[in-house]
Amino acid sequence: MLLEQTLAQIKEKFPDPVLETTEFAGEQILHVKGQDILIVLATLKANGFNFLADLTAIDNLTLGGYERFAVSYHLLCHKTAERLTVKAYVPEEKPSLPSVESLWKTADWQEREVFDLFGIIFEGHPNLIRIMNPDDYEGHPLKKDYPRLGRKERGDFPVIDRGIQKQKPSK
Amino acid sequence: MNHNDIKSNVLTTTLESAINWGRKNSLWPMPFGTACCGIEFMAVLAARTDIARFGAEAIRFSPRQSDLLIVAGRISIKMMPVLIRIYEQMPEPKWVISMGACASSGGVFDTYSVIQGIDQFIPVDVYVPGCPPRPEGVVESLMKIQNLIDKEKLSDYALSSSK
Repeated sequence: MLLEQTLAQIKEKFPDPVLETTEFAGEQILHVKGQDILIVLATLKANGFNFLADLTAIDNLTLGGYERFAVSYHLLCHKTAERLTVKAYVPEEKPSLPSVESLWKTADWQEREVFDLFGIIFEGHPNLIRIMNPDDYEGHPLKKDYPRLGRKERGDFPVIDRGIQKQKPSK
Repeated sequence: MNHNDIKSNVLTTTLESAINWGRKNSLWPMPFGTACCGIEFMAVLAARTDIARFGAEAIRFSPRQSDLLIVAGRISIKMMPVLIRIYEQMPEPKWVISMGACASSGGVFDTYSVIQGIDQFIPVDVYVPGCPPRPEGVVESLMKIQNLIDKEKLSDYALSSSK
């Protein structure tokens, strides 16, 4: 009930940012433009979708879609237990969109994870640094055009000899 | 002290076998558990397999107090520098067990971020296959390490400072 009302209100209030709404497996998905994500999510939060259950990203390289990347926000309303997925599209050339860390503190580390693995820049994030890969890592390995076996990072370590060279059995 | 007392109280041996006997029956393992093999290693320590029977129950989480490194679990590219540092901190003589498929070969994780076998970078003495290995497998590896120690020669430890 709340979901339908909210979706109608969002579509009426933001005709330009909202691209479309779709339904998949019984759940509503709201597709919006990346640059306008903060105002849309702020409105949704004010309307009762108070909990950010997950924040992740999708590389549409082989899937097709409005843009190369979609950042997906999974919202939950604690009062009515209704769920809503919001997908924000960001282009390949300038993969950036506003941070929602000001709305939900939990977005801090999740946006860092998306930045680490997809290279998407979250404007206004307080500390946008890598969270899982080593600090000196180059590239964003969850992009579909990143080689699965990496760029020889896993072979790039010093080889440690035995401190004491044990002689081979002389037989 | 008469002649019979000496016979029943004195044991003659070589220094080499006395030292090896002491070393192999008092291993102090340092567990480097990064995944499910680490959990399985806890089972090895518990009552059913009980590696106290082999004198290896003194688990130290400080590499400076241990002589047996047990690498249990997958090693990522972020963890490998840590593992190398820990190996280098262990005093000689030291031995390494690579426990499980991931530590030995990367296991199913053939990706950019997982080291495909720690033996590419640090010396490994005994490999334990399995995903994760049965506790009996780890006990077997411990006995293999004991056999290795038993066969060591003191001349192997000639001063290598000129290196």
